[in-house]
Amino acid sequence: MSQNTETAVQEEIHEIHMHRDDFGSKMGMWLFLFTEVLLFGGLFILYASYRFIYAESFAIAASELDVLMGAVNTVILLTSSLTVVLGIVALQKNNKKLCLFFLWVTIACGILFLVNKYFEWGAKFHHGIYPKGPALQDMGEGEVMYFGLYYVMTGLHGLHIIVGLAFIGFVMWQIKKDVITATNFQKLENSGLYWHLVDIIWIFLFPLFYLIH
Amino acid sequence: MNNHKSDITEVTGLDDVGDGHIAEAHHPTYGVNILVWIGLLSLTSITVAVAGINLGSLALSAALIIALVKSMFVINFFMHLKYDNKVFKIFVGVCMLIFIVVLILTFFDLTFRY
Amino acid sequence: MANGTIAVEGKTAEVDFYHVKGKYKGILSWLLTTDHKRIGLMYLSSMTVFFLSAMTLGVLMRLEMLTPGETIMSAQTYNSFFTLHGVIMIFLFIIPGVPAVFGNFILPIQLGAKDVQFPRLNLLSWYLYMIGGGLAIFSLFVGSGIADTGWTFYVPFSIRTTTNVSLTVFAAFVLGFSSILTGLNFLTTIHRLRCPGMTWFRMPLFVWAIYATSWIQVLATPVIGITLLLVILERAFGIGVFDPTLGGDPLLYQHLFWIYSHPAVYIMVLPAMGVVSEIIPTFAKKPIFGYVPIAISSLGIALVGYLVWGHHMFSSGISDTSRVIFSLLTFIVALPSGIKVFNWVATLYKGSIDVTAPMLFTLLFIFIFSIGGLTGLVLGALNTDIFLTDTYFVVGHFHYVMFGGMGLIFFASLHYWFPKMYGKMYNEKVAKVAAYWIGIGFNVLYFPMFIMGYLGMPRRYYDYLPEFQTYHIISTVGSWILVSGILVMVFNLINGIRNGKKTTDNPWGGTTLEWTVPSPPPLENFEEIPTVTTGPYDHTHIHKQEVKN
Repeated sequence: MSQNTETAVQEEIHEIHMHRDDFGSKMGMWLFLFTEVLLFGGLFILYASYRFIYAESFAIAASELDVLMGAVNTVILLTSSLTVVLGIVALQKNNKKLCLFFLWVTIACGILFLVNKYFEWGAKFHHGIYPKGPALQDMGEGEVMYFGLYYVMTGLHGLHIIVGLAFIGFVMWQIKKDVITATNFQKLENSGLYWHLVDIIWIFLFPLFYLIH
Repeated sequence: MNNHKSDITEVTGLDDVGDGHIAEAHHPTYGVNILVWIGLLSLTSITVAVAGINLGSLALSAALIIALVKSMFVINFFMHLKYDNKVFKIFVGVCMLIFIVVLILTFFDLTFRY
Repeated sequence: MANGTIAVEGKTAEVDFYHVKGKYKGILSWLLTTDHKRIGLMYLSSMTVFFLSAMTLGVLMRLEMLTPGETIMSAQTYNSFFTLHGVIMIFLFIIPGVPAVFGNFILPIQLGAKDVQFPRLNLLSWYLYMIGGGLAIFSLFVGSGIADTGWTFYVPFSIRTTTNVSLTVFAAFVLGFSSILTGLNFLTTIHRLRCPGMTWFRMPLFVWAIYATSWIQVLATPVIGITLLLVILERAFGIGVFDPTLGGDPLLYQHLFWIYSHPAVYIMVLPAMGVVSEIIPTFAKKPIFGYVPIAISSLGIALVGYLVWGHHMFSSGISDTSRVIFSLLTFIVALPSGIKVFNWVATLYKGSIDVTAPMLFTLLFIFIFSIGGLTGLVLGALNTDIFLTDTYFVVGHFHYVMFGGMGLIFFASLHYWFPKMYGKMYNEKVAKVAAYWIGIGFNVLYFPMFIMGYLGMPRRYYDYLPEFQTYHIISTVGSWILVSGILVMVFNLINGIRNGKKTTDNPWGGTTLEWTVPSPPPLENFEEIPTVTTGPYDHTHIHKQEVKN
């Protein structure tokens, strides 16, 4: 093989990877989000089942949670979702600085959410309400189920917040380096899609765990 | 084999090959998104307020309906589904359908067992 | 021209993908590749190793069953063996098998694409597959040994047993991730990378089958992911969601497990059905009969597959109402499957049938899979299932549909696409002998299981009553025939790779796009992306290129 064809092949290899398809990239992201929906879906099925079986215990157990704390976290997450969208609009309007500002607000909101969650969990642990914890063992079976699901679902959700923050952080770094720009913003939009999904899951978790009477 | 008149592209307009290689900005401005955010916040306070009233068995449905409305807002505006290609709307529909069907079938067992 | 392309004739001799000089050399040119063909072949070689080791476990288990009582292993070893045999066969061979190997190698070419949509993600899937497989093997040697729960990991036993369940379960979790990413990749590829003129109803039926499969992979696998994660959390922290002593409901574990694992049965068999729809028109030299019904029935099977999981739980204590509903829904699956079988047979009718090795495996598949399907009706009916559940009848049925369905078609695909993958041809005579050999061994091994099961032989025991011994001996002898047949086939193929005669671009007279490119294909498959003008099975202008002696 001659030197020329060799470089041609190399260029072609390069081209495969450089082939840009924003639509396809978005489609991949949506499909990934569906897997997340079904991942939490399994937990929601468990939640529905145990709430059906232990309706009264769930109401009693829910009174242990602080509605205000949950509501505050809801507002925080909704706001962080808004700032991601505003960030996309800002970047499309070629305002890189404003975009980064909005994304910083999102990061701050995400961290604030986790801090709140930490204090919430901490208080529960302090009172012995955790799997195999002394207080929880004195409660009924329904309460054990409620808190088992509470820890798993909010814990998994928290994990997703952390992943989302990392994703957005990575995107911010690429915006800074002008890899993601006003004409090439699909990665930013994908990170936004992920973040909004995490928000939607919380939209359901909040009434299901905090607002039962 | 070349005479399949019922070609799916004609039926559903799903021929998503080739278009939109490069995404273009089609999203509304700051204002619409802020309005949606205000709507979401109001719905949050409504759901908290409704939970305070003793609605009995309706409480769960009320909470779920409000959560559903909120997520529709997020999906359509924040996630831009409203402005997206039809294929994404079908995808979301299929995903929701599968989840709901599975939930209902599980409850055929639970409802008659407990 | 094949698939009705407006062809660019007079190709210049392009370097095939084996010999392209890329960025890396030697082993790294494989381990760091993003070429879908190389990734497909990497799956093939690793899968061969996993398959042969799980097959060895199976042979050893059959050997144990030769006599009542302990023959060559203890009860505990036997329990671990059937768990590992199941985990490897299901999660590492049957589920990824056809999509990961042939989906990767053939699907982009059939679509007229240069690669899949996300080539790097594709490589990541392979690494996750290897990590998952490695963890499953690793769990053998650490802690207190591999799980003894069976591949279903049923609670409460799986949260009580002291064996290494968490690690085995985690391996399955990682493998699930690999499966999801493969499905996601194919879905996007099929939506985005079809060549000009390749409308939905001009796609080859293999692509339709992979499309339906990928949807199941994306929408069902996460459910088992979370379920397995919960088992790990349950073991580690005692959260209680499945533990009956804490108020959990073990039946919910079974629900969640089968919500994935029943659709997973169609992940296993749908791609195989797609391959059958490719092989039959090629060797009957006729367009497939009922293209649209076959394409739609793939989606139909995928959808109905979600509605029937309860039939795995008929004797677990779920409510009577749901048992009747699930039993009724189960019969619906027979409809789309029947559509396929009748259309295949109708394609053969008045065809000019060429019984080559791949065709022989395919005909064998139709015969064996029909037995598997019919015994499935026996198990799907509520009353007979109560009687036969957890007996060898289930084991027999399972192997007839899984091994007879996916396994045999995996062999058929290997023979069908072998010339395309390696540019060489295996020894046809030996391949045919191996096919008959495998067919005989298969039935001698698994058919006695139906009788044993009917007589009440329970599954998953290393011991049995003396009255079953005749059947067990027949079955064990069958395992020897089957395994020797498989080994003959494997050696014939390996010999074909090394010493096979050079073959042509289209040795079978195939009509889909992969037969228009050189064997083996060049790096990006097509010199120029083709334009398709007709459906996939148009034989009018196809000329089979004989292998020159």
